[in-house]
Amino acid sequence: MCSQTLLKISKVSKSFGATKALKAVDFDLLKGEIHALAGENGAGKSTLMNIIDGILQPDSGDIYINEEKVTISSPAEAQKLGIGFVHQEIALCPDISVAENIFMAQTNASKSLLMNYSNLHDRAREVFAKLSPIDPATMVRELSISNQQLVEIAKALTLDCQILILDEPTAALTEKEAQILFGIMKSLAATGISIIYISHRMVEIFDNCDRVSVFRDGAHITTDFVKDITPDDVVNSMVGRVITDLYPPKQTTEEKSEEIIFEACNYNETSWFRDISFALKKGEILGFSGLIGAGRSEIAKGICGLEGDVTGELKLDNVTLSINSYQDSIANGIVYLSEDRKGDGVFLDMSIAANISALDVDRVSTSAGFIDKDQELSQARELGDRLNLKRGHITHSVSSLSGGNQQKVAIAKMLSIKPRIIFLDEPTRGVDVGAKSEIHKILRDLSREGVGIIVISSELPELIGLCDRVLVIREGTIGGEVTGDAMTEENIMHLASIAQSDPILMQTAQGGRA
Amino acid sequence: MSNAVDSGHRLAHEMGFISRLRRIAAMRETALVLIILALFIAMSFASPYFLTWLNMRAMAMAFAVEGIVVVGMCVLLISGGIDLSVGSIVTFSMVLAGWLFLQGVDPWTASAIAIVACAAVGAAMGYCVTKIGLHHFIVSLAFMVIFRGVCLLITQGRPLGLFTLPAEFKFIGQGSIGAIPVVIILFFVIVVAFDFLLRRSTVFRKVFYTGSNEKAAAYSGIRTKKVIFLSTVLCSTMCGIAGVIYMARFSSAPPYFGLGMELNVIAAVVIGGASLQGGTGTILGAILGVILLSVVTSSLALLDVSSYWQDIIRGSILLIAVIFDHYMNKKKAAS
Repeated sequence: MCSQTLLKISKVSKSFGATKALKAVDFDLLKGEIHALAGENGAGKSTLMNIIDGILQPDSGDIYINEEKVTISSPAEAQKLGIGFVHQEIALCPDISVAENIFMAQTNASKSLLMNYSNLHDRAREVFAKLSPIDPATMVRELSISNQQLVEIAKALTLDCQILILDEPTAALTEKEAQILFGIMKSLAATGISIIYISHRMVEIFDNCDRVSVFRDGAHITTDFVKDITPDDVVNSMVGRVITDLYPPKQTTEEKSEEIIFEACNYNETSWFRDISFALKKGEILGFSGLIGAGRSEIAKGICGLEGDVTGELKLDNVTLSINSYQDSIANGIVYLSEDRKGDGVFLDMSIAANISALDVDRVSTSAGFIDKDQELSQARELGDRLNLKRGHITHSVSSLSGGNQQKVAIAKMLSIKPRIIFLDEPTRGVDVGAKSEIHKILRDLSREGVGIIVISSELPELIGLCDRVLVIREGTIGGEVTGDAMTEENIMHLASIAQSDPILMQTAQGGRA
Repeated sequence: MSNAVDSGHRLAHEMGFISRLRRIAAMRETALVLIILALFIAMSFASPYFLTWLNMRAMAMAFAVEGIVVVGMCVLLISGGIDLSVGSIVTFSMVLAGWLFLQGVDPWTASAIAIVACAAVGAAMGYCVTKIGLHHFIVSLAFMVIFRGVCLLITQGRPLGLFTLPAEFKFIGQGSIGAIPVVIILFFVIVVAFDFLLRRSTVFRKVFYTGSNEKAAAYSGIRTKKVIFLSTVLCSTMCGIAGVIYMARFSSAPPYFGLGMELNVIAAVVIGGASLQGGTGTILGAILGVILLSVVTSSLALLDVSSYWQDIIRGSILLIAVIFDHYMNKKKAAS
């Protein structure tokens, strides 16, 4: 690796009103390196990246590219300087083809009057040859989220850039796609392109990056070569305190109970899943693992009556229930926390209190059907305090909260009906380390109180750290189950990805179960 | 026990007098009341006729019936919908009730039939939106045109003269209780009732949830399609009620009544703080919006401003309100 400094940020500050988002930050990027950026939400990573991409202007401080002072006044300017930015949020046009999306910038700059589609498609196919087999003529709306993310990355790759910024690109990717992406990142770095890689996942940072910079509260804390430090060092710099236990302690042997509180038998859905049967024992946290698209969320939504054409039998405390709609499910205390917090989890422009009572407004109402405001506010305060919600006024809108606290509001909404069973779909996605650990502790406390907790997560360390038992979903069926010491990433990945037609692999995986 | 005391303290703190005052000052309604008051003061100096009982009464009569439609539109906008057909539906109600009366139906029965018919029209629009999956804008645009045609068909293009309406019926539109016109009392009762319901009832809370984030509402177990359907029906029903009152007031049913009403009504609701994206808005704000527009219209007339200017000024008020909202939201998002 050549050690020439490509990008240098010197004493950059940025304030939004009274909030200091960046405090005289220094940062440097070497030519051909993969440089990880870590920090909790609100640490200033995004602000810095937005400044580098010209979306925001710094209040003070200088930016140098190849030791030449530059002013980056707009994203277009950033592109001219060879800076490409893959945002975490997907920003594609759903109704036009993949190829047209990828070459939007070039089409915009092009002088010719007509579109040359065959040329576009050929060039798009060239890009995807390295990435993933996506047909450039497909409409973006027809692609899965992970493929859409790949289109975003492809779009940045076509820009002739020397600095590529990737903001949590693997959040929506499967393990396999993520590995392909890392391969591409490394080959790009080898050709001299520098990559800034933002991620919450320590494994990715330590496996693929050269250096890591940690930000906290708008300040640059450290920059180290990953070979000189451990993941714990990074986490500790991120939170500014020593986190001893990332996960709450699991069930002890004495706590283990054979009492079954919730049982799903022979669940089938026409296109998503079949033969799903599982039981949840008192006090345990059950995990659902599996690749994206394997049907994990669909099973949970199907059982709760939210989606799909579902058949199956459900028992809660040994009583058979019939659930035809989500309303039935809620009435029986079975609730589902969506994976897409902003899309369908919270009401951003409504008050914290109104969000928390959304699941059953009747609980805070008089018999005549009028909302008792005092009761609504005190319910919200009580649940907010219980979840350690960091908030302003309880009547402020949810949009005023950080991601982690928004998620706590969504969880408080579930708790407002005193649920028996909670399905949590990606409960800590986009949540910073501190709040994540708090949410894990809350879940463990709830399960101790006898609430059934089922967690769906793409993050294997989370499932392994949090759950007592993990079911692995593969292509709409239960591919296997791991518990105790057999709960390792290798075993779970194995069960999640092997084809059923491969008996030898199947046996190994089954063996891992014992 | 100590917990209760604790939360009591916190309540007292959170609802402290100063902070409550601050919240009231920050409300859209307060700004509108101040603007209307300022207009009143300015106009009372500018024109000796402005602050007379006669002018006040005329102004109130001008917005009272439209105000009932505003209530329905406000609920629909909060749910995330919109209705362009209100002007046509109001006229349909007038024309249908009037025609039935001329056919010998008792006016009360005729009015009830007209209101139910309007509710049915709302149900048809609601069906197109929630069951077929069309957009409110397009559906109500189609119904606006269709029902203008229906009105012309019923009346054969001529206003229906209804001077034979019995006095008890005309009383709704023309009579007074004491010094106050019945129309204004009706308007007041409907507005107060709906303002309270919208703030406090669980049913209307579901309208807010649906409009704020339809998917999150569905994931909270709310039957969002039903909420949207019923909001659409409510809006058309309010049009039906308004139409019947107009008929009693004018003793006539002209087929070209209410042209452009939808724009005035939507403008009033938006000036009152509702968003076309749904999820926000209050009845009080919407009514203040319609009052503001009405006071401006009346002032301009008293000041002898050419009527050509009136639309320009009213449109500008709407634009200013929307721009103001835009910057307030931006400020909120940045803080």
